[in-house]
Amino acid sequence: MIAELGHFALILAFCLTLPQAVFGLAGAAYRKPHWMSVARGAVAGQFVFAALAFACLSYAFYVNDFSVLYVAQNSNSALPTFYRFAAVWGAHEGSLLLWLLVQAMWTIAVAAFSRNMPHTITSRVLGVLGVISAGFALFILTTSNPFERLWPPAPDGRDLNPLLQDPALALHPPMLYIGYVGMSVPFAFAVAAMLEGKLDSLWARWVRPWTTVAWLFLTLGIALGSWWAYYELGWGGWWFWDPVENASFMPWLIGTALIHSLAVTEKRGLFKSWTLLLSIAAFSLSLLGTFLVRSGIIESVHAFASDPSRGLFILVFLGLCIGIALGLYAWRAPLFRSQAGFAPISRESFLLLNNVLLVAATGLILIGTLYPMFLDALGLAKISVGPPYFTIAFLIPMLPLVLMLAPGMHASWKRASFGRTKRLLIVLLGIATVLGTAIPVAAYGWRSVLSTIGIVVALWIAFSSLIEPLGRLRKGHSLSASVLGMSVAHFGLALFILGATVVESYEREVDLSLAPGQSAEHAGFVFTMHALREVEGPNYRAIEAEIRITREGEQVAVVYPQKRVYRVQQNPMTEAGIDGRWNRDLFVAMGEPLGDGAWSLRLQYKPMVRFIWWGAFIMAVGGLIAACDRRYRQPVAREVVSPAAATDASTA
Amino acid sequence: MWRYLIPVGIFAILIAFFFAGLGRDKETLPSPLIGRPAPEFTLPRLEDPTELVSSKDFAGRKYLVNVWGPWCAACYDEHPALLEIARRKVLPIVGLTVPQGALADQQGKPLPLEDVLEEMQRGLRWISELGNPYDVTVFDQMWTTAIDFGVYGAPETFLIDEEGVVVHKHVGPIDLTVWERDFMPKINASRSAGG
Repeated sequence: MIAELGHFALILAFCLTLPQAVFGLAGAAYRKPHWMSVARGAVAGQFVFAALAFACLSYAFYVNDFSVLYVAQNSNSALPTFYRFAAVWGAHEGSLLLWLLVQAMWTIAVAAFSRNMPHTITSRVLGVLGVISAGFALFILTTSNPFERLWPPAPDGRDLNPLLQDPALALHPPMLYIGYVGMSVPFAFAVAAMLEGKLDSLWARWVRPWTTVAWLFLTLGIALGSWWAYYELGWGGWWFWDPVENASFMPWLIGTALIHSLAVTEKRGLFKSWTLLLSIAAFSLSLLGTFLVRSGIIESVHAFASDPSRGLFILVFLGLCIGIALGLYAWRAPLFRSQAGFAPISRESFLLLNNVLLVAATGLILIGTLYPMFLDALGLAKISVGPPYFTIAFLIPMLPLVLMLAPGMHASWKRASFGRTKRLLIVLLGIATVLGTAIPVAAYGWRSVLSTIGIVVALWIAFSSLIEPLGRLRKGHSLSASVLGMSVAHFGLALFILGATVVESYEREVDLSLAPGQSAEHAGFVFTMHALREVEGPNYRAIEAEIRITREGEQVAVVYPQKRVYRVQQNPMTEAGIDGRWNRDLFVAMGEPLGDGAWSLRLQYKPMVRFIWWGAFIMAVGGLIAACDRRYRQPVAREVVSPAAATDASTA
Repeated sequence: MWRYLIPVGIFAILIAFFFAGLGRDKETLPSPLIGRPAPEFTLPRLEDPTELVSSKDFAGRKYLVNVWGPWCAACYDEHPALLEIARRKVLPIVGLTVPQGALADQQGKPLPLEDVLEEMQRGLRWISELGNPYDVTVFDQMWTTAIDFGVYGAPETFLIDEEGVVVHKHVGPIDLTVWERDFMPKINASRSAGG
């Protein structure tokens, strides 16, 4: 009964997306206030019914209703309660329902926080979001109904994929989806601006906080996924350039470019058509990611069970949404040509370069991800593109990007005269060079020029991101949330670069075999297998090793890596034993039993690996601070923003 | 202004490629074995490892080789369909039982007999609990025969004709639709052609 209620709520949610789309767009086109208010009402209803449908599915999981096919396939009576809720989005059908719910949340948030925007813009934005919701709701109802019944009911469920039974991964999809779906908001704003034929700095000011919030969730989602892959897949890597990872990383890169380009559009009224294109591209890449993961067109370790009819639906939907938006762009973008100019050395040109490089990196990743598929479609070889390509293709545009970040942050609009900051930046570069060369060499030894450059640049960015906040505090000036957020986010990026460079340059790993009582030395630590025992979990059995780690005779840590076998799906899973400190991780993963109680073990020493995720987290915090800037919440409808007034604000 | 049309142009090309890619079903990639003689094997029976079964025992008959293992969730899904196919008594079904990974140590030497027997017990339990669709079940401890067949996962199913030639290969679980659509025409065709 509850499942039918959920199905019915889903149908109602779909029905309400239609008036939202039609009246939202038509009401604005024909200037009919009543039609536009219908769209607003539909948004509220759609949210209620999407939430109800989601609650019904969660309830079916909670009470172990195995007469619902999706529950029987993805849960089990022995599954802990927390994972029963996480199992709701553990597979295709439920994660689409989550998508729809998140879409409804963004839509209602836009409707609620847009009181000071012109009605026609709000209405068009809601209309476009309605079209997207309608597409997804129809997709769920026609190809992926999570409420389908199973008759006779299964006695017990087939259990959630053991890979997903982990706290970080339980939270990873919602975060990622909030980010992915959030990119539909700047997309909708872009389409609305093109329909309206008007794009000014007010428009950019409306879009910026939405973009930043979507971006920060995408950042958190990707970081959580990377953190999960690090300790759960058992290889100790933190990024694999897997097609599914790339699918989330490309919208992030474009979203980053968009945040920067929006700053120029707001402050200087430039890059207008470029901003529109990035808004469209960020959401296209989100949809493309969904398409790649769902359609099975690209093989990946994370890919959900593929189904061509689902792939076809998403492809047609993608083609319509993005095709129309790009067609509109071709027609309307010439309206938005900018008049103002800027000097070759100015914040504008730094941000332009930032955009070009981010887009180039995205393009190279896109090519690497799709290249095997192109060759296959052309009937040529079947190949796969591996991490070496991606690493090089990514570093080439990223290296100049991070090199120019420190001066770029402090360049002023129109024409940069760094003034006193110039000397400060050079001094900081000097300090960074000395520290960045001496400390790693003293601590770990010389590795390569590239790794030294990475560390020096990271330090330079970290130091120079502090100039502005510290300088203003010292002088007693107020510090706007925008500037603080930007500084924090860049500081986070610096930590990330530092962590990634150090761990990639200085990590040490070894594969060996240990039996109870034996020990081995690695990276200055002695790893002793103290005991080996069997452990019973709620829905798995495991062999657990007790590994004592000592250094110069003193005990540093005891870790308990496990090899689990989940009872229902019978998949073996590796739970790594990790001793994490702020400056290094010791990582022990169990491999295979070698007979006579011996196991193959992988021991890894990973210096500064945690900086990667802390860096990403701090970037997200920076985004949050920037999105809270008071400027975005002021009633701006009556404020007159002339280009001159916009230019003298030198904040980002 | 033509340059504003560039994005939509690139996008159209991408969509065209995706469309082409979508039509390709990865599971029906032709096996190089199709039309070639099936690899020969001599393997112990699962029920009684002292008794050996050879592919020569099936010479002159059509038969089905179903690669499966008690560890394989997709085989569990496939099982009811296999039982139904067996009930129809169209042709003998050989169950090629494979463990999850070859039972060997790191040097490639086979594991001790107890471990192998334990793995075989799992297979026998599966058959006794879920029903036995196989006319004969053999155990491929080291995946040697499975590798000869080009198997990269279970379940996979091969149709072999009277001449010992592989006529059809199916990757993934068989259901009755697949059976009627892909296997039966080939079974009937080679029956009439052969004789």
